[in-house]
Amino acid sequence: MSTETVNPVTGKIDEQALVTKANRQDLRFAIIGFVVLVVVMATLFALVLDFMIDGVPRISGEFLTNYPSRRPEQAGILSAWVGTTLVMSATAMLAIPIGVAAGVYLEEYAPKNWLTDIIEINVTNLAGVPSIIYGLLALGLFVQIFRLGQTILVAGMTLALLILPIIIVATREALRSIPLETREAAFGLGADKWQAVWMYLLPAGRPGILTGVIVGMSRAIGETAPIITIGALTFIAFLPPAPLQDTFPFVNFDWLNSPYTVMPIQMFNWISRPQAGFHVAAAATGVILLSMTLLMNGLAIYIRYRIRRSSR
Amino acid sequence: MTTAELSGVSERRANYGRLVASEAFLRRRAITGNVIGVLLFLAAALSVLITAGIVFVLLQESILFFRQVSILDFLTDTEWTPVFENPRFGIITLVSGTLMTTLIGLAVAVPAGTILSIYLSEFARHRTREIIKPILELLAGVPTVAFGYFALFFLTPIFQTFIPNLSGFNLLVPGIVIGIMILPYIVSVAEDAMRAVPDSLREGAFALGFTRYQTAVRVVIPGAFSGVTAAYLLGMSRAVGETMVVAIAAGQQAKIALNPLEGAATITAYIVQISLGDLPHNSLAYLTIFVAGLTLFLMTLVFNLIAFWLRKKYREIY
Amino acid sequence: MDASIPTKPADAHIDGPVRAHVVNLSFYYGEKQALFDVSFPIHDRKATALIGPSGCGKSTLLRALNRMHDLYPGNRYEGEVILYPEQINIVSPEVDPMLVRLKIGMVFQKPNPFPKPIYDNVAAGLWVRGIRKKSIVDERVEQALKQAALWDEVKDRLRTSAYGLSGGQQQRLCIARALAPDPEMLLLDEPTSALDPIATARIEELMAELAPSVTIVIVTHNMQQAARISSYTAFMHIGCMVEFDKTTTIFTTPKESRTQDYITGRFG
Repeated sequence: MSTETVNPVTGKIDEQALVTKANRQDLRFAIIGFVVLVVVMATLFALVLDFMIDGVPRISGEFLTNYPSRRPEQAGILSAWVGTTLVMSATAMLAIPIGVAAGVYLEEYAPKNWLTDIIEINVTNLAGVPSIIYGLLALGLFVQIFRLGQTILVAGMTLALLILPIIIVATREALRSIPLETREAAFGLGADKWQAVWMYLLPAGRPGILTGVIVGMSRAIGETAPIITIGALTFIAFLPPAPLQDTFPFVNFDWLNSPYTVMPIQMFNWISRPQAGFHVAAAATGVILLSMTLLMNGLAIYIRYRIRRSSR
Repeated sequence: MTTAELSGVSERRANYGRLVASEAFLRRRAITGNVIGVLLFLAAALSVLITAGIVFVLLQESILFFRQVSILDFLTDTEWTPVFENPRFGIITLVSGTLMTTLIGLAVAVPAGTILSIYLSEFARHRTREIIKPILELLAGVPTVAFGYFALFFLTPIFQTFIPNLSGFNLLVPGIVIGIMILPYIVSVAEDAMRAVPDSLREGAFALGFTRYQTAVRVVIPGAFSGVTAAYLLGMSRAVGETMVVAIAAGQQAKIALNPLEGAATITAYIVQISLGDLPHNSLAYLTIFVAGLTLFLMTLVFNLIAFWLRKKYREIY
Repeated sequence: MDASIPTKPADAHIDGPVRAHVVNLSFYYGEKQALFDVSFPIHDRKATALIGPSGCGKSTLLRALNRMHDLYPGNRYEGEVILYPEQINIVSPEVDPMLVRLKIGMVFQKPNPFPKPIYDNVAAGLWVRGIRKKSIVDERVEQALKQAALWDEVKDRLRTSAYGLSGGQQQRLCIARALAPDPEMLLLDEPTSALDPIATARIEELMAELAPSVTIVIVTHNMQQAARISSYTAFMHIGCMVEFDKTTTIFTTPKESRTQDYITGRFG
């Protein structure tokens, strides 16, 4: 205790001075906290603004419908956004069913034993493995051993592995937060585990699972490093085969085996070029990428907010 | 009294007959249930296979590498020149670059993250929290390649105006940006740990006349110590593995990084650099990316496991 | 006399066909014993009320009757609950709890409809039994909703979410859900405790209407409710069955002083 809180005349502790000092300390900390907060918000704001200023004027219909080019002013992201769309479809088709299934297993089925413990530690650890390591795994396994080539399928599989932990954790949390009453209602009817899960628990947990899926997909959209290691080509001036066709059976999965590029790769490629014109094109790509990820995250935040409101 | 009398329940119903599940259906249901149980287990077991796959790929290629290069050289050499005529493989160079950016990142994220978590958990009102947490989530959702652009084309020029000898490629700015990037993770884990400290402890402190700040520093943080430490470790693990920001803004020169104002390659940036090149897949230089990857994986694994253990510990306490 | 038919004190009160017979039932939450040697008959197509002070084990007993305790690890039953006419012991570990729940329906304290349309909620019990034929399901849903006195209120919005209903309506929906497959027995665990007085009156009315056609076991903390709707009453105290008799007897001339004390409000 410092001397200033001891009354110099009486030698007693001056309580009023103590309270004043303490309040000042609280206020000081609150201000520091607020300043940190403002700095963080300002950074996010500056980042968004920087992209807007650099990139928005460059966005046009042609930018979306042109292939990349050696001339910066003609370069476009047609192959990149088509590639991103297709890779994301492949990722979603793999990661959502597997991730939800694994989450259901761990939350509803898993017995308490060492195997379950191992799986749980694994999922937690995988969530913290750097994305580039997934790229090396895919390079060693899918490209070099399985010889699947540098295709959309490989990119989709790689990103699916990467976001699997996110979807697993979200599924588990969604299932865990289902009220006990709903659970008992399902089992009280005589449902077996799978009937209860499929008919009632998954629908009840859907918003929470959806949040996880959206956050995972937004992460996958922006991922660059693992796609680089598996060797995505950066100059792609053609489109993969269309997934829909006008003859039977109307869907076509040849696109899975096609070479591709995606938006973050295209953006990275343009950043690495010396010409300023390409940097502008990179910023424009960044604007589109940022809007997509921010929109998706915003949507996830909104759904989560709705869940909390309705559960109150 | 006979069974017939006791159980003299007629199946006549007031309204309609009973619907029972047929034997065949119950059998089918049991089989379906078992099959699905197995499928769900396989999905969960895939996570173990992924880890096994990572270890297998990294080890297999690294063993090939260490057949040609001694581990001692690998750990002690001070130069990294795999594509030169006379290649040298001193991993210290790349590790030093990684550690430099990580330390700069932590220097930003640890104080800021701790202050923000205390602010969120002990000071902010409910409404403030409802606004701040989404903003942090949005920050966490920004693609890393966008942060790279931001570091190279926005922050570096600004920093150069007041640090004249700052190179275009440097470790300082990417380090700071990494700090901003890992901030949301640190805050989320640390705040979680602080909120797990029971209110009874806080009330005890307030009853002694502690202020909010004193309660936070003397009761909440010690109480949440293992969780807060786990938050730092998880942040560190992310900082070590962060790739695009350093690949874009830190340069590609592999050397022992002592000066943050100059550029240097990190482990991740090196992997990107080689991946973009056209080295033959069976060359010694190409194997180095797996060795570098193994080094990275081991570093993050250690941080992650300690963090996992610490978080489990605080969950057990409260 | 058949060996499987118990000769326990509860026999004295049997005066009609019996749907189930609880014999020396004990129940353990892990190490902690919650029910002690409980025995009583459940009469066919009559309402039996379980009353007693809170913590007396009446809900535990009810939940044992359709093996809800099996959802959580470490719980254990001893004794028998013989269900007629099948004559199976439904608390035996050899009997699949899901099979028991397919025979015996349950309504819980808090209304717990699924986050699905009204129609799907009522049809749930049918789907679980593999009955998907639309004509049958349609018919059953309508009948069950009529039985639960909800049909007129919801017939125009069967496809809307059950969460749009009021608390009382939701609870009647849950009753309809349990009734749709026409279970051998219907268990109700304080079904009105979360409802307002008007909704409560509605449900009580419904119970009275159902009693002649459905076997009901109802847990209630409200003695007036027990008196109004049940034919038989069991009074429980700290995990033991203190007294079982016709409701009129329990409420007018109980044999046990503890029952007397509880009925007259001296404790509980």
